[in-house]
Amino acid sequence: MTFIQSTELAETLEYLRSHKAVVLAGGTDVFPAMKQGQRPGSIVSLARVAGLRGISQDDHGFRIGAATTWSDIVASDLPPAFDALKAAAREVGGQQIQNVGTIAGNLCNASPAADGVPPLLALGAQVELASAARGTRVVDLSNFITGVRQTDLAEDEIVTAVLIPNPPDGMASAFEKLGSRRYLVISICMTAANVLLDDQGRIAKAHIAVGACSAVAQRLPTLEAAIIGARPTDAPVDPSHLADLSPIDDVRGSAAFRMDAVQEQIRRAIIRAGGA
Amino acid sequence: MNHANPNPILTFALNGETVSVPAHPGQRISEVLREKLGARDVKIGCNAGDCGACTILVDGAPVCACLMAAHQAEGRSVETLAGLQKTDGDAQSLKQRFQDHGAAQCGICTPGMMVTAVALLRKNPTPSVQDTQDALGGVLCRCTGYRKILDAVTDVPALAKQGDGETGTSIPRLDGDAKVTGRERFGDDVAPAGCLEILVIRSPFPRATFALGDLDAFVASTGLETVLTATDVPGDNLFGVIPDFIDQPVFAEKEVRFRGEAIAAVIGTPDRIAAFDPATFPVSWTEGTAVQNPTEACATGADEVHQGRRDNVMCGGLVTCGNPDDALATAAITVTGRFQTGFVEHAYIEPEAGFAQMNGDRIELHTCTQAPGMNLESLERILGVPRAKIRIVPTSVGGGFGSKLDLTVQPFLALGTMKTGQPVRLCYTRTESMQSSTKRHPADITLKIGADENGKLQGFDFRGDFDTGAYASWGPTVANRVPVHASGPYAVADYRAVSRGIHTNNPPSGAFRGFGVPQSAIAQESLFDELAAKLHMDPLEFRILNALDNGEPTVCGQVFEQGVGIKACLEALRPAWTTERAAADTFNAQNATLKRGVGLAAGWYGCGNTSLPNPSTIKCGLGPDGRITLHQGAMDIGQGSNTVITQIFATELGVPVADITLLGADTDITPDAGKTSASRQTFVSGNAAQLSAAALRAQILAKINVSPDAALSFEDGKIIARDNAGEHALDVAALPVDKDGYVLQATSTYDPPIKPLDANGQGSPYAQFGYAAHLAVVEVDTALGTVKPLKFVAAHDVGHAINPMLVEGQVHGGIAQGLGMALMEEYLPGRTENLHDYLIPTFGDIPPIETIIIEEEDAHGPFGAKGLGEHVLIPTAPALLNAIKHATGRRITQVPATPYRVRSAILGGEA
Repeated sequence: MTFIQSTELAETLEYLRSHKAVVLAGGTDVFPAMKQGQRPGSIVSLARVAGLRGISQDDHGFRIGAATTWSDIVASDLPPAFDALKAAAREVGGQQIQNVGTIAGNLCNASPAADGVPPLLALGAQVELASAARGTRVVDLSNFITGVRQTDLAEDEIVTAVLIPNPPDGMASAFEKLGSRRYLVISICMTAANVLLDDQGRIAKAHIAVGACSAVAQRLPTLEAAIIGARPTDAPVDPSHLADLSPIDDVRGSAAFRMDAVQEQIRRAIIRAGGA
Repeated sequence: MNHANPNPILTFALNGETVSVPAHPGQRISEVLREKLGARDVKIGCNAGDCGACTILVDGAPVCACLMAAHQAEGRSVETLAGLQKTDGDAQSLKQRFQDHGAAQCGICTPGMMVTAVALLRKNPTPSVQDTQDALGGVLCRCTGYRKILDAVTDVPALAKQGDGETGTSIPRLDGDAKVTGRERFGDDVAPAGCLEILVIRSPFPRATFALGDLDAFVASTGLETVLTATDVPGDNLFGVIPDFIDQPVFAEKEVRFRGEAIAAVIGTPDRIAAFDPATFPVSWTEGTAVQNPTEACATGADEVHQGRRDNVMCGGLVTCGNPDDALATAAITVTGRFQTGFVEHAYIEPEAGFAQMNGDRIELHTCTQAPGMNLESLERILGVPRAKIRIVPTSVGGGFGSKLDLTVQPFLALGTMKTGQPVRLCYTRTESMQSSTKRHPADITLKIGADENGKLQGFDFRGDFDTGAYASWGPTVANRVPVHASGPYAVADYRAVSRGIHTNNPPSGAFRGFGVPQSAIAQESLFDELAAKLHMDPLEFRILNALDNGEPTVCGQVFEQGVGIKACLEALRPAWTTERAAADTFNAQNATLKRGVGLAAGWYGCGNTSLPNPSTIKCGLGPDGRITLHQGAMDIGQGSNTVITQIFATELGVPVADITLLGADTDITPDAGKTSASRQTFVSGNAAQLSAAALRAQILAKINVSPDAALSFEDGKIIARDNAGEHALDVAALPVDKDGYVLQATSTYDPPIKPLDANGQGSPYAQFGYAAHLAVVEVDTALGTVKPLKFVAAHDVGHAINPMLVEGQVHGGIAQGLGMALMEEYLPGRTENLHDYLIPTFGDIPPIETIIIEEEDAHGPFGAKGLGEHVLIPTAPALLNAIKHATGRRITQVPATPYRVRSAILGGEA
């Protein structure tokens, strides 16, 4: 077994061009998934690759380096549109996990219940990917995660950053998570809402995303359109807006319960994002 | 390119000192720290980041050592508890604070808790409750209920006081220092690094037959040391805990009866074992149709899990008195209900682990156990060697709660060292632990209770089926205990309780804090609220009206003339009951979605074995240097017996606890103090300790020839006795020394006075009961179904609180487990075999708990003390369910009351 820990992105990608390897960042998903007696041939650690960690902003938007940890996000000075992302960051395991778990790792793990995904969908995030063979490409987050534990990532490729367009001034956000205990809990369902109000206090723009209610977390465009012009406290949320969701029955709750609970959760997220 | 690490040497700062150590690429740093650098203060609870026990600081930030590749630490600073205790002021201050609050019980989570707390205090020297919960939320504790840890970290005034330790005083745990400094050695902490390891091969199916392949060829081709199977068992390939129900093979021979059952074990060097893929083991399986639940098991034509146990009924229990059918037929009011509970996993943070070696022709076994004496008896039978050839040296136990009474790693370790002649070690993975260890019995209970128009109970008819799983374990005990306790602590003249333990192809159900009584209390205490409602009576006054009193017979016809403390417990809740009910009503009038409720429930529990002998023996000795040594074999699994039994002993002897040296437990040097189970150690072993102290004291007084009330003091080589006649000295050093090195010694045994139960369950099953009543305040989010407990008030009659701080610790921990059972915990074989799918309460789930200690002294207890360990969770779940009913108007009849079930009940569906 080989352990690769370069400081250079180019070297890292070059190695991946010719070797099948497990890509390791915070390790919070890689190690629990290791099975007795099944050691990976090579591990490529991203922990020290220069330029992969940290948050920057320019005219186009925010760039969150792939290896940015959840604790980094919580500690960053970000506009209110990122409040949902920060709230989700505080729910990714305990501080032990948040201190090493990375934003890109959460996306690449592609759990239907990944806490980071709904807030990033609500922010309209894109994923920047790089490989030695094909250089850099950018895909919408909604196209990057393709199924349960499945992504668009090629074997020779890594995520280098999450890109977020500058949110409109005044856009606020909120995150709602439902679980059976206070900390360290996999969501039964969760909602991120980014809302911009007009000067009358009515919804001018809304981005609503729901996780753990479908194989891949979903934006709800029908709902987003339906609540334009409403006051957050009166935003109509009904089952017809949730047609894109397809929750399952599992140990955490039934499909019917999820559909019921998520409607309430969406209402609350909209109200909180609307400043109530 | 500097990427590849051709030299696997890794260099970093460990607790301030530079260390260089070879590590495999991708090896977890937890393993490197523990096995290569001796940092066994880093504890492994789950290897998945779910429990936080392995927390270390990397460049000052808390991380799970089990999730970090060793080479990611290159050049960085790593700190562990043992290192922090040497240099860090916050850690040293926390050490005292943890001791002063009893914040470490078993101590397995303590390193992770304290390391995380150090990181918090460095950033925030005066953290709030919320800050502390958020910071420590990533570390699980199964013993304390978290509130004492919270008190320690937020530095509320100390509960404990240093002192002589006379009973009734809260001294810090006598064995606490090792727990708060990282020195404590648990099951996986004693083996030398590099010794042979065992990996158990287990069934992936709940029911199957199997055939083993060519094992000799397999061993030869893999480089493993050897393989163990049923053919390697020299004695009986069977174990169990109840004499007539010894039915579980060490290794299944042809057929497996539950998922996770052992069929073989491989032994090899650590590298070989790490690289060993269980899928390569030569076995062919034929999956059978599993019996999944008691309903299937009892259906006509169901396969027998054990041939000859008809209808899959393992055994049953019955207690009846009066004429319940007539009483119910003529009762003014009756209520009926059906209540269901699921498997509950003990989820101690320390998985089963141990180490064994040959010492000459003797087998020496170091393991985490609640029952060294029973381990010895079982191994004698399995190994086919006399017990004198076996020594059990228990390690510290990182939580037990009943499951570490049974054999787990012990036979594998003993057989492994016998076969190889070399030291061997074994530590279960979390999944292996959850699959193969015992569980709380799922219950399916129907109950009918009647009352007359004045609210006096009139008729009680209980029927409970308990899923005892694939093997008997403590199932017969559950079947016996439940009918004795199902009445609750009330006077019921016309009573019938029938229980059955039913075999299925589920994991063996065994002992779990309360032996079935927490399940039956859910049914009985829930229906008491329904009965009170129908009677238009206040639920508290209804209970007080019917509470058992001195001189009144229990449902077994046993009459206690003293020590029945349930009325005092219930009455102690009255002030909180009145104010909290009013506060909830006020809150509910102002809130539409959030609703508060206040519920209460009571419980009782007989201390010691049910109508069976269960002696404890305690030995003590006086050395020629004047030191007293206490041979204390009652396993301290975190509950505090090392401290409590020493306090009892010291008080009787008339010396400070500081004058006493504790030895044990160790089957070579401590007499059998019985198992740590049945809430018996304070009561039974405490009595033995008191008798032992009295005997030693009598010998001393006789030697000096002074009056019985003389005060003794122990000085260097001398004992001074002071009485009315003056001061007398005994020159201890001048006395002859016996074979144990003592000049005087005493060994005393106590066995509680009990009488057998007749065919109707009438008799005297226990010499004493302890009593409890809990009040719970909850807030229900009626739109989402979430239940947030806001407060508990818990009144416990403990006879005499030997150490009030440790009493509080037990109450808090029991409430946390009861809360888990009520609201979130359900083990589903194959689906919740880890600590992120199986949920136990976290740091943010336990609200403030007010403990009220009631002391109705018991004639049989040492200084009047009663047992407590199991009483503490019996009322919790029904108190919460009654609070949910008060808040929502809905009765939840199946636990856990998850958001899904609560919301469904609110919507009017099935709960």
